[in-house]
Amino acid sequence: MTEPILELRGVNKSFGPVHVLHDVDLVVRPGEVTALVGDNGAGKSTVVKSIAGIHQIDSGEVVFDGEPVHIPGPREAATLGIEVVYQDLALCDNLDIVQNMFLGRERGKGGFLDEADMERAARETLASLSVRTVKSVRTQVSSLSGGQRQTVAIAKAVLWNSKVVLLDEPTAALGVAQTRQVLDLVRRLADQGLGVVLISHNMNDVFEVADTIATLYLGRMVAQLPTRDLTNTQVVELITAGRSGDIGLAKPEVATV
Amino acid sequence: MTSTVAEKPTEDDTPRRRPLRLRLASANTLWISLVLLALIAVFAAINPGAVLTLFNLQTTLIETSVLLVLAVGMTFVIITSGIDLSVGSVLVFSGITSALVMNAMSPGGDSTGAGWGVITVGLLVALVSGAAWGLLNGILVAKAKIPPLIVTLGSFGAALGAGELLTGGSDVRTVPDALATTLGSGTSFGVVPNLVILAAVVTAVGAWLLGTTKFGRYTYAVGSNEVAARRTGIAVTRHLVLVYLLTGVLAGLAGFMSLAYFRTTTLTSHSTDNLNAIAGVVLGGTSLFGGVGSIIGTVVGVFIPAVLQKGFVIIGVNVYWQPIAVAIVLVAAVWFDQARRRARNSR
Ligand SMILES: Nc1ncnc2c1ncn2[C@@H]1O[C@H](COP(=O)(O)OP(=O)(O)OP(=O)(O)O)[C@@H](O)[C@H]1O
Ligand SMILES: [Mg+2]
Repeated sequence: MTEPILELRGVNKSFGPVHVLHDVDLVVRPGEVTALVGDNGAGKSTVVKSIAGIHQIDSGEVVFDGEPVHIPGPREAATLGIEVVYQDLALCDNLDIVQNMFLGRERGKGGFLDEADMERAARETLASLSVRTVKSVRTQVSSLSGGQRQTVAIAKAVLWNSKVVLLDEPTAALGVAQTRQVLDLVRRLADQGLGVVLISHNMNDVFEVADTIATLYLGRMVAQLPTRDLTNTQVVELITAGRSGDIGLAKPEVATV
Repeated sequence: MTSTVAEKPTEDDTPRRRPLRLRLASANTLWISLVLLALIAVFAAINPGAVLTLFNLQTTLIETSVLLVLAVGMTFVIITSGIDLSVGSVLVFSGITSALVMNAMSPGGDSTGAGWGVITVGLLVALVSGAAWGLLNGILVAKAKIPPLIVTLGSFGAALGAGELLTGGSDVRTVPDALATTLGSGTSFGVVPNLVILAAVVTAVGAWLLGTTKFGRYTYAVGSNEVAARRTGIAVTRHLVLVYLLTGVLAGLAGFMSLAYFRTTTLTSHSTDNLNAIAGVVLGGTSLFGGVGSIIGTVVGVFIPAVLQKGFVIIGVNVYWQPIAVAIVLVAAVWFDQARRRARNSR
């Protein structure tokens, strides 16, 4: 089994008095799709944002490529090779596709922008993702459909030679065909050797592309197991009750009566 | 012959095919430019003799120069979805500190005969004074997260108050002759006022900064979606501070220009500069919601009130109609912008 590219060990995170993540462990291996599932409010997005440097963890360790790392901000995460597609996408409506894809990491010497170079790279990336729905890479993002925006957000993440890509519900707003495309893309990213974390509420999608499934229940990681060892029913139980048979949280005392 | 400019290689390495944002902005700019041309045409038709005389053109340009410099800074601020009400007061304050320092450096406290050394120091003092107020605005807006309307309303009052404290409430009227006759009332190439040249240079640099550099791109990004900008690692707080700082420096420069032109610190005549600058910027198609705008638009927008003013004089309409006319055009421009946004959001 390959060494993990990214690992969380005993991560805790509170927002004021609200303890959101409790001793969360997570292992992400290169070449694998790790699904992160859990009910609304379980803490999935918080895990992603903690890895991305948007939130600072209170305790625990983030290990990247075997080294414990501190990620103070998005720029540092990007430098390590961690890219994120956020649940709310976080695109600038008034900028076009190219400008969004390169935002914060524009090409060009000094303070200047090399528009031609960026435009070419953006077009190539979209082509490599077999995206044919956007007519021009100079289209303003505000005029794109939900699915197209999602595609741009994903293209933005894979444009860089990243090692880990975290996708927070990337198919939530998509139709059948575009969901298909995104899932294929997720699989392809893993096959290229990236560590991919996929957050989704759709069990069919999860079982289709994930190699392992990690379940959060009320901020606790109750199980991370290979997909082949799990059934759909078990995962649903883990999500809703934190426990399924012998897997997950220890049986509460009352249940043994 | 409207063939493909896009395919032709250009001297600079930015492609000619402009981003949609710019094309939309210039669509707005196009409209307002047409309005400007129509105004000029109407005034010219009514009184062909007066409109295009050199003197009219010169005075219109001169009177607009100082406002244009303020409006260039204001464009950046408004694109970040902020506002700066303090520019007129900062202009006055910077003129005062500059004049006071130049006087203090001259024999007898009268800088009328001062040389270029003193004038250079005066310029630096004006710029630094503007920068200080801009920095203060920026820190309060970006770091303390106080709404820009409140912060700059505060510095609008404070900067003027501080200026009046420094002078005891009366204007400083001693300004170096060398400054007044060159920058103030001098011309280059025979007919072009130096004040206008300086304003044009500032405008060109502003347009270049906004259109072709990372600084400009981040200005649009911050105004468009601050959270997204932060998540891509842009130092949003620092950028906002810099934008307000830039606006402050330009207000300082405008103060120096005003000092050179009027030969006095004009304490009482800048209370509506902020509104005039904002009106110009918004007329030029820059959105108060942030993320959209251009310097070219601002240039056109700033000239509309000026042309209306001149035009009313020329055709003999009571000049008190000018603010009313400007108000109508302004409200129409913002209404147009909002209608456009609604159309976009309901897509
Ligand atoms: N910035 C914040 N400040 C305070 N509380 C927060 C913040 N972000 C998240 N929370 C809380 O943390 C908990 C977990 O939220 P999170 O967004 O991680 O859930 P999620 O698993 O991604 O849910 P969903 O499936 O709905 O996206 C929620 O109770 C939420 O209210
Ligand atoms: Mg979430």
